[in-house]
Amino acid sequence: MATAFADLQPDETTPQVTATVPTGAAPVPETAATPAKGKASPVAARIAGMAKALVAPLIGIAAFLALWAVLAPQVDTSLGALPGPVEVAEQGSALYDEWSAAREAKAEFYAQQDASNAAAIAAGNPAGVRDFEYAGPPTFLDQIFTSLKTVALGFVLATLVAVPIGLVCGLSPLVNAAINPLVQIMKPVSPLAWLPIVTMVISAMITSADPLLPKAFVISALVVMLCSLWPTLINTAVGASSIDKDLLNVGRVLRLGWFAKLTRLILPSSLPYIFTGMRLSLGVGWMVLIAAEMLAQNPGLGKFVWDEFQNGSSQSLARIMFAVVVIGFIGFALDRLMMFLQALASKNHTV
Amino acid sequence: MTGFGGSAVGRRQAIAALGAVAFSLALAGCGSSSDTGTSGETVAAANLDGAIEKPNIKLGFIKLTDMAPLAIAKEKGFFAEEGLNVELEPQANWKVLLDGVIGGQLDGAHMLAGQPLAATIGYGTKADLIAPLSLDLNGNAITLSNKVWAMIEPDLPKEGGKPVHPISASHLKPVVASYKQQGKQFKMGMVFPVSTHNYELRYWLAAGGLNPGFYTNGDVAGTVAADVPLSVTPPPQMPATLEAGTIDGYCVGEPWNQAAVHKKIGVPVITDDEIWHDNPEKVFGLRKDFAEKYPATTAAILRALIKAQQWLDADGGANRAEAVKILSQPNYVGADADVIAASMTGKFTFAPGDTRDAKGFNIFFDKYAGYPFYSDAVWYLTQMRRWGQIADDKTDQWYFDTAKAVYRPDLYLAAAKKLVADGAIPAASVPETDGFRAPQGGFIDGVTYDAKAPNAYLAKFAIGLKQGQRVTASGVSGS
Repeated sequence: MATAFADLQPDETTPQVTATVPTGAAPVPETAATPAKGKASPVAARIAGMAKALVAPLIGIAAFLALWAVLAPQVDTSLGALPGPVEVAEQGSALYDEWSAAREAKAEFYAQQDASNAAAIAAGNPAGVRDFEYAGPPTFLDQIFTSLKTVALGFVLATLVAVPIGLVCGLSPLVNAAINPLVQIMKPVSPLAWLPIVTMVISAMITSADPLLPKAFVISALVVMLCSLWPTLINTAVGASSIDKDLLNVGRVLRLGWFAKLTRLILPSSLPYIFTGMRLSLGVGWMVLIAAEMLAQNPGLGKFVWDEFQNGSSQSLARIMFAVVVIGFIGFALDRLMMFLQALASKNHTV
Repeated sequence: MTGFGGSAVGRRQAIAALGAVAFSLALAGCGSSSDTGTSGETVAAANLDGAIEKPNIKLGFIKLTDMAPLAIAKEKGFFAEEGLNVELEPQANWKVLLDGVIGGQLDGAHMLAGQPLAATIGYGTKADLIAPLSLDLNGNAITLSNKVWAMIEPDLPKEGGKPVHPISASHLKPVVASYKQQGKQFKMGMVFPVSTHNYELRYWLAAGGLNPGFYTNGDVAGTVAADVPLSVTPPPQMPATLEAGTIDGYCVGEPWNQAAVHKKIGVPVITDDEIWHDNPEKVFGLRKDFAEKYPATTAAILRALIKAQQWLDADGGANRAEAVKILSQPNYVGADADVIAASMTGKFTFAPGDTRDAKGFNIFFDKYAGYPFYSDAVWYLTQMRRWGQIADDKTDQWYFDTAKAVYRPDLYLAAAKKLVADGAIPAASVPETDGFRAPQGGFIDGVTYDAKAPNAYLAKFAIGLKQGQRVTASGVSGS
């Protein structure tokens, strides 16, 4: 059992370790610094500690920005020199301006529609009333929300599928043996390989002319699900299988039914593992999403990047880089969110 | 051991079922609204000028300047005037766009003229598509990489220091031969197997004595017996592909030839206007069942597009500067305004410093540009047969029938006549015709095209399939 999933074992046994990556990156100048200030008051020591924890990342970021600013202009692409941090920041504010302009246009559209509707009613022509939704191009912010919605749907679906299967796998070595080869083979498949298959299946299944969810949205979400369910599945299985045998014995003595056994014993003890898996899944899902959107034409950040690449204007590269930065920040935020939930789960259910 | 395996299979099935439940959970929501979607169908019998059946419309386009009528119809409020609420969505490539229209995600699109024809005759995805409006005339050009240009430029006949146009593909022959000696292929790019660009590039190469290759039955590579093999690249990626050295030249719509000039990576050598004077280009394509189900909506879309076409050509191109500004928005073509302007405002830049007048480079409304002539459709079909995309001989009647099934001047006329009656467009802008243009000259090889005799036309080409010939992987066979 354990050997089957050995590749993920380190993560489960020390779920908290990965969380400290940024601070862990700090160098160790302590040998020189601490003896000198060691005798200062505890408050000063604390401030010094915080400063140290902050200074190193700040230096790292500053060094990165400086390197970027110096090196970027030397790369001459067919779209002009590679943009530096300043140009990228400028495009960020340009995107914000576009968003505010789009918001104004939208408000104007609705105001006009309301006015013409009122006029139509006043003129005794109720058939002339229109209830259109604003059909302007999606702004960068809209694209971010679409991406978040898509990854959320894919992630929820992945969790709904992976956790039950993982539990069954963890509890039954037989099922585990049956499913494990499939899992190992499906796990490394790239989203780009899934996409044509999912596209054809979805196109065949959704035949309505006006579906509730746009096809491209469903396609992207399902690709996210297919690629992101494996970490959750594997971790859940490990969690369920590594439950303390004494606990199970106690359950047997108390003659707990299978449902009670599941909710009282197995779920609580495997919850930290499940959350670790979900956190990994969400990370994978966010990465996969961008690729899926690029090809599935789902209006999200991936499509934004692809459209800008196709535009090939002199600002395109800077806009793409801004999108890359935003994608990174959102991925980081999602990871922190899951880490927080994970910490909550492990705190409440330490077995 | 067998019992062991058996039970595992049983459980695996149970688990698969579980997965399927989750899948269908996701899909149930999507399919459930189909009832509400089709309930409005009963109204469909209304006449063309009746109430709009489906006011919320989504149209697809590729980032090319000839999508202008769509962007203008939206930005200048022509769609809104017709009671339509239109969303325009850029598509990644022509295949995605075609699948979007066939699959129903898009209600209609800016299409290659060959796409509705090919879909209807079942070359590629089979679907009943129609083209009730032609979007523009001309608008493409062929660009060669700097390296190839440097090789052919010294031998070109000159006048006043500038090469004499049109430049024939025969000047490429020594280049292709020297590539062959080095064991390399001289490769060129076009945008789609049934694109105008493919047929224009092939026409130009064949007119210069270079064989661009034939298609075997069912394949899409089209490189059998080729001197110059062609490959497919989406328009916006053309300059990057040329720069990477994957191809030595390409045929594409604007702004991607001017982009090559701008980025100094290639030199446009010929416009499609010089290959076939005033050739028909993109069409507005949609599903046949959409037009049948929503006749008033279709007519309203066509009216808005015709008005936009008129706006684009009004007053000798006075509005073009504004059009360039609109097209350069990132949600439309998105290229830099000066690059778009380089071809949209009556000029065309060949080599740097060689900017020439090209008044007819992009025609949207004049010269009956919007009318979907049957003869245009027949020309595309003859080229499909010439290069083997249509595997077997067809009768002249087959060409006419296919053209009439796809090109729908009846829908165009219904929309245009209402605009004439309303005084929105002049009556003289709508042609009185049976759908066939008079025999056309204006081709680079001097061959005259008579749409009423497609098979006789095909017999005139030195390079191209003849009556009774078929293409196999080993070459052309048959009489």
